[in-house]
Amino acid sequence: MTSAPSFGTRVRRNEDERLLTGRGRYIDDITLEGALAVAFVRSPMASARIISVDTSQAMALEGVHLVVTCDDIEHLDTEMPLLIPDPSLTSPRTQRPLARGEVFYVGQTVAMVVADDRYVAEDAADLVEVVYEPLEAVVGVDRAVASGARSVHEGVAGNVAAHSRQRSGEPDAAFASAEHVTSVTVRVERSSAAPMEPRAVAARWDSVLGELTVWDGTQAPISVRGGLASLFGLDEHRVRVVAPDVGGGFGQKVLLFYPDEVLVPWAAVKLNRPVKYIEDRQENFLGSTHERLQVHHIELAATRDGLVTGLRDSFLHDTGAFIPYGLAVAQVAAGQIAGSYRIPNISVDFKAVYTNTVPVTPYRGCGRPHACFAIERAMDVLADDLGIDRFEIRRRNFIGTEEFPYDRPGLIFADGQPVSYDGGDYARALSLLEEALDPPAFRAEQEAARSEGRYLGLGLACYVEGTGLGPYEGGHVKVHPITGKVYVNTGLSSQGQGHATSFAQIAADEVGVSPSDVVVVEGDTGEFDWGVATFASRAAVVSGNAIRKAALIVREQIVHQASQMFEAAPEDIVIEEGKVFVQGVESRALTLAEVATMSNPLRYAFNKAAQSATQFTPAARRDGAALAEGAHPGLEATDYFSPASTTWAYGVHGAIVEVDPATFEVKVKRYVCVHDCGRMINPMIVEGQVIGGVAQGMGGAFYELLDYDAEGNLRNASLMEFLMPYATEVPRVEISHLETPSPRNPLGVKGVGEAGTIPVAAAFASAVEDALAPLLHGHLLDVPLSPTSLHAATRAG
Amino acid sequence: MKPSRFEYFAPESLAEAVALRDAHPGAAVLAGGQSLLPIMNFRLGRPEQVIDLRKASELAFVRVQNDVVEVGAMTRQRDLERDEGAARANPLIAESLRLVAHAVIRNRGTVGGSIAHADPAAELPALLSCLDGSVEVAGVRGRRRISAGELFVFHLTTSLEPNEVITSVSFPALEPSWGWSFLEVTRRHGDFALAGVCAALKLDGDRCVGQVRLAACGIGTTPVRLSTAEEALLSRPLTEKALREAGRAAAGYVTAGDETQASTAYRRQLVEALVRRSLLRAAARLERRTS
Ligand SMILES: Cc1cc2nc3c(=O)[nH]c(=O)nc-3n(C[C@H](O)[C@H](O)[C@H](O)COP(=O)(O)OP(=O)(O)OC[C@H]3O[C@@H](n4cnc5c(N)ncnc54)[C@H](O)[C@@H]3O)c2cc1C
Repeated sequence: MTSAPSFGTRVRRNEDERLLTGRGRYIDDITLEGALAVAFVRSPMASARIISVDTSQAMALEGVHLVVTCDDIEHLDTEMPLLIPDPSLTSPRTQRPLARGEVFYVGQTVAMVVADDRYVAEDAADLVEVVYEPLEAVVGVDRAVASGARSVHEGVAGNVAAHSRQRSGEPDAAFASAEHVTSVTVRVERSSAAPMEPRAVAARWDSVLGELTVWDGTQAPISVRGGLASLFGLDEHRVRVVAPDVGGGFGQKVLLFYPDEVLVPWAAVKLNRPVKYIEDRQENFLGSTHERLQVHHIELAATRDGLVTGLRDSFLHDTGAFIPYGLAVAQVAAGQIAGSYRIPNISVDFKAVYTNTVPVTPYRGCGRPHACFAIERAMDVLADDLGIDRFEIRRRNFIGTEEFPYDRPGLIFADGQPVSYDGGDYARALSLLEEALDPPAFRAEQEAARSEGRYLGLGLACYVEGTGLGPYEGGHVKVHPITGKVYVNTGLSSQGQGHATSFAQIAADEVGVSPSDVVVVEGDTGEFDWGVATFASRAAVVSGNAIRKAALIVREQIVHQASQMFEAAPEDIVIEEGKVFVQGVESRALTLAEVATMSNPLRYAFNKAAQSATQFTPAARRDGAALAEGAHPGLEATDYFSPASTTWAYGVHGAIVEVDPATFEVKVKRYVCVHDCGRMINPMIVEGQVIGGVAQGMGGAFYELLDYDAEGNLRNASLMEFLMPYATEVPRVEISHLETPSPRNPLGVKGVGEAGTIPVAAAFASAVEDALAPLLHGHLLDVPLSPTSLHAATRAG
Repeated sequence: MKPSRFEYFAPESLAEAVALRDAHPGAAVLAGGQSLLPIMNFRLGRPEQVIDLRKASELAFVRVQNDVVEVGAMTRQRDLERDEGAARANPLIAESLRLVAHAVIRNRGTVGGSIAHADPAAELPALLSCLDGSVEVAGVRGRRRISAGELFVFHLTTSLEPNEVITSVSFPALEPSWGWSFLEVTRRHGDFALAGVCAALKLDGDRCVGQVRLAACGIGTTPVRLSTAEEALLSRPLTEKALREAGRAAAGYVTAGDETQASTAYRRQLVEALVRRSLLRAAARLERRTS
């Protein structure tokens, strides 16, 4: 028996008091006595040969400790790892920490300066003289694959890093017998996650203990530790990686390694002094990875009734100058290309293409927004082509509740497993959206408005989201014998997602305490050192279930210990709000701290509780040894969860907008989001994720665009010119929750971290297109939508 | 994004500031820092000395006198926006200021700084052009006055001599017989305008346009006075036809090339629409003011 579960309730966030009162500790808040600062010399050219690098003037500047090029960095002068190899990735190229002989994008690190402070470091970086011989830059995926394009990397013909083809069913037959084929080409622009806190790394070498400590604003501290240990030839236990509070990651911080992540520890060892690198905003645009740019040519084969029988998608994925994270983004896009629809016959091909631009790795959504935009825009166009309502065409093609698990044999997801949806009620989600938006009433309003010269539009987009990927995560649960607090560790880390609360709720329910008595410790390899990373909306599924398993074991330990202490049957033991007692005898309850203390046979009575736990007290007296064979002291357990397959969240978003036909400003009148992420641990945190996701999705729909010129210069590498929506641009989001427990894990949860972002661009394109229909020539197939692009779309013949 | 090395001065009087300015040709004058500091942090500008005017308290004032709102160069934008005397004398001033960036930036940004910076997309330079205002500048050889028409030379460039500083900005008042409006389109709240149109208008007895002033920001290399659009309206009622013709004439002033956030073609249409809407709003306000 336990108290009312906190799982599923709107528990206030454990981390908020600390974060909101300015007590968060980000890397720049960590004071390291005598720390030096780093600045990089970055390439101003997108493609060039390095003729010479002269560091002498920089070295001579007062306050400069180290200026290094690739020639000076010893064993680090090597290509950094290809993290996720794949058989179709035939021409992988990864970057060196400092360029050797050639640069491949504007922003690539050429030399590193370590100085007293960042001012001096930048002065010195200015004094490093690099002579370049410019080469023709390859910018834009379409241009990179055009015949005659120069190769970004010698030996990679056509700039194709990977060419992947997947088939499910009989796509050719489906197209051959199609009554109708709709084909469109859509484009989702290049973007950046632009986290609030740019990346940061600090390192300290302890030459006495031979230990390296690295504070890294990463999403993957354990993986970074493994990599650093391997690079520096140290035992893993001699490397401690700490990801303290991290101000947003959104995928950008899951890559390892960025040049600074290896060079800063190296410099700390070399100089035997702490070294800190705090990336600035401009460097975040030029040196940290980008995402999004894909161009999909998608075709749907259908019957005249709008039943989609086949899908053919061929897309180009811009991977930038290097491909360190493998094919994850493109792979996810390919795996989800058919979205929420049955579509039994699928062919999906992609090419991952090199360009002379910043490398591309996953950004919140990781291929899903691209795929969603392609399929959802295609469904709208198909609906229009066939004269079928946009809601209706979706309803006709949804996978039905009785069809789950729904497999797409032949399609492989980003975890290397076949695509297999676990469950849900897609049609019900659509009905809820219809109820909320009332399309017939809207149509009447739209018509009335048009007669006054006002343009209203309604749009929608469905999505699925493969979440909770393996390989595994662990959970460690321990009841602290002094305070009775329950400590929870897991190997992945938080960048603001609320783990300290969601994980606390899971452990609290199983152990029998309140979530505020659970302390979640993450992101420190010194505390827990097995695990992978935070990505792919996986924390709740993978760590959440691991923590639950560990907590269940601890619960058994408490019951066992208490039943001995009370000389009662285990079934009669009650744990409630941190109190342990025999059913009906609450007056004689023990605290969890007392039970924890008692579970650890002591010799010394250092406090009151301990007095009753020493070997000499009757309560502790057992026959034979104090610890039974196979038992361990304390209330503590570790367990792991390794999902066999992905969980699939889904939903549908709808928007009503008004577009000014003269200025092309878009006003969002309603935004409705119906979603299902399985069982919700904390609906408030879920809503936070969804709303934040919608805000970021608005970025993709209307603002985010990294503007490269033909020479490969990023024209808008600042927050003044790379636009992201402010709070003033994000509409109120109306949310309806559906909860279909996932059959694929004991908690029944699915991920929700990326869900909010995925369909937003598609939903807004659909709505704006509907609004401007009388003025448009054709469909809106590119995002972001801007006043200028909408103006052009009403002009083009 | 750290500035290169510079020497810092914070003179306590205008005279001292002017002397420093004269002594250091490589210096930059620092007002609110909302434009200068980003330029220095990006190292797009590397002044050897910075002369901070914040202690020259004689430069922060708002005076309404003889049909002119005279504003000290160091007056914070937010203070002018909230000045009741200025609002009574010329309501277009506060309307323009509310379109400048965000409140936190206006708390620091100064009126003189915005004019001196001469960003063609900025509101205050357009306002000054619209009203035929002027600035007073001081140098070691004394003071002089420069009219808006002669002040703005090019993108981020004024006709100030390198050793001069702006001491005050004069906005002519708008008596109650004027209607007014400043409208603009931005990508996001507080961003620089893709284009903006500032209008002031007087109707005569037959509801025909008696006097009209139109200026635009965001369309060229300076704030632009839309003279041919003004001419197209004079002595005519604000009919659809007159509005259209004025809008077209205004669109002809767009010289900004295709940029990330706005194409030339879009800007033309935008200016046309904004001229129309600004005029109608000014007229509607006039109606309310006089009725
Ligand atoms: C995020 C953001 C958004 C913004 N959006 C807008 C906007 O929408 N509209 C808008 O108009 N502005 C906008 N601005 C600019 C803002 O209004 C600035 O405050 C203004 O342009 C400059 O004023 P300042 O007092 O900060 O001047 P500073 O930045 O200190 O100086 C600017 C320039 O003027 C010179 N200068 C300053 N004072 C004098 C003087 N008395 N005599 C001679 N030269 C002088 C300086 O040397 C420098 O070259 C924005 C700024 C930011 C940071």
